[in-house]
Amino acid sequence: MTTQTNRMQHGAYNHAYLDEQTKRMIRRAILKAVAIPGYQVPFGSREMPVPYGWGTGGIQVTASIIGQDDVYKCIDQGADDTTNAVSIRRFFARVADVATTERTAEATIIQTRHRIPEAPLKEGQIMVYQVPQPEPLRGLEPRETETRAMHAYEEYGLQYLSLYESVAAFGRIAGGAGYPVLVDERYLMSPSPIPKFDNPKLHQSEALHLFGAGREKRIYAVPPHTDVRSLDFEDYPFDVQSWDEVCALCGCPDSYKDEVILDDEGTRMFVCSDSSHCSDRRDAGHAGPMAGHELDQGSADAANLEDAE
Amino acid sequence: MERADVQHQDDAALLAVRGLNKRFGNVVACHDINFELRRGEILGIVGESGSGKTTLLRCMAGQIDPDAGQVVFNSRRHGVKDIFALSEQDRRRISREEWGYVHQNPRDGLRMRVSGGANVAEPLMMNGQRHYGQMRELTLEWFEKVELDIARIDNKPRTFSGGMQQRLQIARNLIHSPSLVFMDEPTGGLDVSVQARLLDLMRLLVRDMGLAAIIVTHDIAVARLLADRLMVMKSGEVVEHGLTDQVLDDPQHGYTQLLVSSVLQI
Ligand SMILES: Nc1ncnc2c1ncn2[C@@H]1O[C@H](COP(=O)(O)OP(=O)(O)O)[C@@H](O)[C@H]1O
Ligand SMILES: [Mg+2]
Repeated sequence: MTTQTNRMQHGAYNHAYLDEQTKRMIRRAILKAVAIPGYQVPFGSREMPVPYGWGTGGIQVTASIIGQDDVYKCIDQGADDTTNAVSIRRFFARVADVATTERTAEATIIQTRHRIPEAPLKEGQIMVYQVPQPEPLRGLEPRETETRAMHAYEEYGLQYLSLYESVAAFGRIAGGAGYPVLVDERYLMSPSPIPKFDNPKLHQSEALHLFGAGREKRIYAVPPHTDVRSLDFEDYPFDVQSWDEVCALCGCPDSYKDEVILDDEGTRMFVCSDSSHCSDRRDAGHAGPMAGHELDQGSADAANLEDAE
Repeated sequence: MERADVQHQDDAALLAVRGLNKRFGNVVACHDINFELRRGEILGIVGESGSGKTTLLRCMAGQIDPDAGQVVFNSRRHGVKDIFALSEQDRRRISREEWGYVHQNPRDGLRMRVSGGANVAEPLMMNGQRHYGQMRELTLEWFEKVELDIARIDNKPRTFSGGMQQRLQIARNLIHSPSLVFMDEPTGGLDVSVQARLLDLMRLLVRDMGLAAIIVTHDIAVARLLADRLMVMKSGEVVEHGLTDQVLDDPQHGYTQLLVSSVLQI
């Protein structure tokens, strides 16, 4: 029960910011979540030095599991160099004294809000998700007592209402982010705001996936080697987004793409949303139709800047 | 042996309420209610506001627990069972599969955030239907049955008039072929002209489907039009019970006489 002393000069903080009792409470919630895949475990969410909606749930989960040997990666919208990702990564570099990386393969803990990296995850890696709304049924059923009963009795017909609405409106199951899944053929789960493109990566994943919702005070998990099935209709089977264009910078054909508007005339390009995946490919000699574009340079500069710190 | 069992259950009443009591603090909302309902039968419950009609309906539908008594339902899935002796999960399944519940206020009975069509199709999804095309087809059929414009199938309920919302609710509560439908003042908030057409429609549908229904109303005209039998409630007790024509044409209890003579405004 010894409290780890912070070896950094910032002696005001305990290791990884949270006090040890809180971390133990959160670890107990995580263990329960792992034992019951997809089940939302309540936990005593703490005030964090960022507002709700900025990843307080994910930050608390990371703080509770991170050790000094960990290598930490943090992405926002798939990119390592966005403001939010950079500041959360700095936060843990400072309060947990850990090494950080942008390379998926090198990371032991990857915190994310919108994406699962393109590179396949490995045994031993942990994905930590920042979840705004853990309850997939909330949009359709505002009463907590009712959604709890639905989970308890495995009454998930209601979730199909949103799929029905989607087919009625668009002629297909649209819905990009937070697409509902059934975990281990038992619990309905919202994978939070990842695009449905990433849903198949959860199925039988080698890695452990932990989901933290700070405001809603819930933690849930998908352990390694767990079945994760995206809901659909018999006549409208689940499918993922695809793009006709390859990545303009690295030429990758099958990654998730962001559309970038280049000028006032509406010239566009499509680039990998996973910036680490894209730069790894470019480093390996792959080139897209717009390789060498200033955006390409820009991201390299941003990476250099951070390295210099 | 099994066959004899099934035979017996077919002969049994669809619903039997025995010694049902419910109080809220000092208020006795339902006192010692006893009756039976056969398949395909329509029972009207009339009485002034506060006489316990809604409470009785909600107890029978398993939405609130009575303090005493039984609600014995002849279920397709479970056979003849006191619904309160079943687990909550089984009770919810009976409610989903074998019952409908039409609320007085359509806002209580509809999901206002999803389209009218989705509202009507929901019970199918709740009962395991996973084929969009088949659901859509049946939903369109039901829009026609309750005389709703199929061009509006994807519009939100708030864009429908009060009478149309009530039609949505009725379609939503019949589409899964229940054997029993509870209705609480189903025409309560509507204009008289809208009421009349809706009542005609309900009578046709319920008769066509051979449904049993329990209809709570404070409107004698509604009871006369729809109900085979009437139960008159006052202060939580059934004061008179019989065939609708008998009760209305030859009321025995003083309270019923007042009700029927319209001396009593309710
Ligand atoms: N949830 C409740 N809490 C307290 N009292 C209630 C509740 N529901 C109904 N009552 C009381 O029980 C009595 C019967 O009410 P109700 O069943 O709604 O009558 P009706 O539907 O015939 O108007 C009334 O006195 C009412 O105030
Ligand atoms: Mg009432």
